[in-house]
Amino acid sequence: MAFNRPMLRTSYQEDTAIFPTYFQKGAASLFFVVLILLGLGAPIVSSIPSFFLGSTWINPITNMLPLAIAALGINILVGVTGQVSLGHAFFMGVGAYTAVALGGNGDEWQACVPFHQELGLLEQEGQCGLGLPIWIWLPFSGIGAALAGIIVAPAAVKVRGLYLAIVTVGLVFIGLHLGRMLPSIAGDFESGRKWPKLDFRLWKEETPLVSFTEDGKWFGLIHLTEEQKQYFLLIMILGAFMLFAKNLVRSRTGRALQAIRDRDIAAEVMGVPEFNYKRLGFAISSFYAGIGGALWASYNGRMAPVNWSLFLSVDFIAILLIGGAGTVAGTILGTIFVELTPEVVKTFTEWLGEQTASNGPVAWLANILLTEGSGDFGPISTGTVALGWPMSVFYWNLVIYGVLIIAFLIFEPMGLYGIWVKVRNYWKRWPFSY
Amino acid sequence: MAESILEVEGITLRFGGVTAIHNVSFQVNEGELYSIIGPNGAGKTSIFNTISQVYRPQEGEIRWRGNSIMGEMPDVVANLGIARTFQNIELFPQMTVVENLLLGRHIRMKNNWLSGMLWTPKARREEMENRERVEDIIDFLEIPEWRNHPVALLPYGIQKLVELGRALAMEPELLLLDEPVAGMNLEETEDMARFILDIRRELGIAMIMVEHDMGLVMDIADRIMVLDFGEKIAEGTPEEVQRNPDVIAAYLGSGDLHIGEA
Repeated sequence: MAFNRPMLRTSYQEDTAIFPTYFQKGAASLFFVVLILLGLGAPIVSSIPSFFLGSTWINPITNMLPLAIAALGINILVGVTGQVSLGHAFFMGVGAYTAVALGGNGDEWQACVPFHQELGLLEQEGQCGLGLPIWIWLPFSGIGAALAGIIVAPAAVKVRGLYLAIVTVGLVFIGLHLGRMLPSIAGDFESGRKWPKLDFRLWKEETPLVSFTEDGKWFGLIHLTEEQKQYFLLIMILGAFMLFAKNLVRSRTGRALQAIRDRDIAAEVMGVPEFNYKRLGFAISSFYAGIGGALWASYNGRMAPVNWSLFLSVDFIAILLIGGAGTVAGTILGTIFVELTPEVVKTFTEWLGEQTASNGPVAWLANILLTEGSGDFGPISTGTVALGWPMSVFYWNLVIYGVLIIAFLIFEPMGLYGIWVKVRNYWKRWPFSY
Repeated sequence: MAESILEVEGITLRFGGVTAIHNVSFQVNEGELYSIIGPNGAGKTSIFNTISQVYRPQEGEIRWRGNSIMGEMPDVVANLGIARTFQNIELFPQMTVVENLLLGRHIRMKNNWLSGMLWTPKARREEMENRERVEDIIDFLEIPEWRNHPVALLPYGIQKLVELGRALAMEPELLLLDEPVAGMNLEETEDMARFILDIRRELGIAMIMVEHDMGLVMDIADRIMVLDFGEKIAEGTPEEVQRNPDVIAAYLGSGDLHIGEA
């Protein structure tokens, strides 16, 4: 590759590289360094997230990482294979419950309580779990979900487009029903049960080999908090899954999936067996969903069946629309946007609240926007749950969300990734306009 | 006489009450350029669709090198070495030219989802080797400047060429060309004719061509079959077909016909 002519490629290998230019390689390395510095809590770098997300910024960011893995999965199914699915939450749930059945604390299988014996709040005892280590439950959560995907796939060959979307909605409700029916695995329907922690054990020993859930020195080198360790672990897993997704799209299988998305009959005439590849698309997508679901539940510690609802599936469709379907970078951008916007809004209102309290320089703005108690006409209610006007932060988030999706659909169908491509092309061509 | 590779025997295809093809038989020989002509709705494209098993004829038999391909899935037929282009371009619009041609290489490649996702050295080597084959085709069709464009953005004539290239990438033994020059201007038509002749001379691939451009058909085809209302009304060399009174009647109703003189 000629250094001063970044667009000149001298081998096919370079042409298929993930970061083909020196600039992209440099930007990616820099981004990687920033991620590490963020994790270590370096003072200047971490001031940016703490400005938007408050001092506990690492929590929403770490919480987002498993969701990004699941989002990569829905991108493979919807963005690459072109099969619109609203059942992603179901597959995440399958992965998560496989994880908790294999890794959760319980009194082994024989102690499982049949659901009709105990419908009250089930805690610890009476729940199934084999207590196996993470290197067993994590891969199997992916495999379990992938199997569920394979079972569902035949429906995708029969129905297309919106019809498939409706069929997959059914999955979510089947999942919710199963959650209600099987408290020995799922725990109480509202409050759920505990998930295995993100600790690495060889087998069932008391002290884990590598702990991700206790503050302390790692390998006797760096002192890290629990949050930082989980951040590093999840970001590494996410990085690996991003690489796999990228490799898939640039190899034979990914092209076959895209061909089915674009023209399924032509793909078949070109020698791509449609059914096998649709099934494969479902399997890989569900594998990502299962891993993402298991890690998400494990990171949060406690999950209830209601968490795997249609809203979660819709979140992922929003991620694809806002980020830009079909691209790995777009999926990650979309996840960041969709998952962190509510947190930013929350931080903003909290900050406004502090302004009123301390009579700060923008207290006037806070007075206009916030409503405390009655007799005030601000649009944002500081109460926890407020139906009607003024709306609570939670409902404002939903409104912002909806408006953003509509705006992206109208103005930038390629999403954030499309905006990035436009900006990039502008600078590439500068000072020419085309 | 060369050995026949494809034998179609008495196929009949019905859609409800409509008989699209009625008892049509023909055979294509090794290295031959066989052409099917006929008025709109005569069943030409339907014959292609039965050969690639997108449609299943109710009666008759289609044999590839002596073995029946009836009831196989379209991808199995493709794996046997039968490639085709489409009348209304059926490229993968969001993929680039290179990706479209590489998809044509699908049946000649082996790396699967696992080796692909892990981007193993073997998978990588295979991708690069096949990329070279694709570049040969790009050179052959003289479309290098469009290489990395999504095909949806390409002009119509170039899309037709890319579709031909995608079929060639499959290294077929029989190529079905469905109106390769439909909607093209004179210059593009001449280019396409040259490519078709080159394919026959250099690669020795047998072809079946459906085409309305009589000048092209009469110039380059070895044998021609004429269809009308789903029935075969004539078959023979271009000269024989031009003189056949049934053909003249089918095209003009009656009177003289001067095919191929334009």
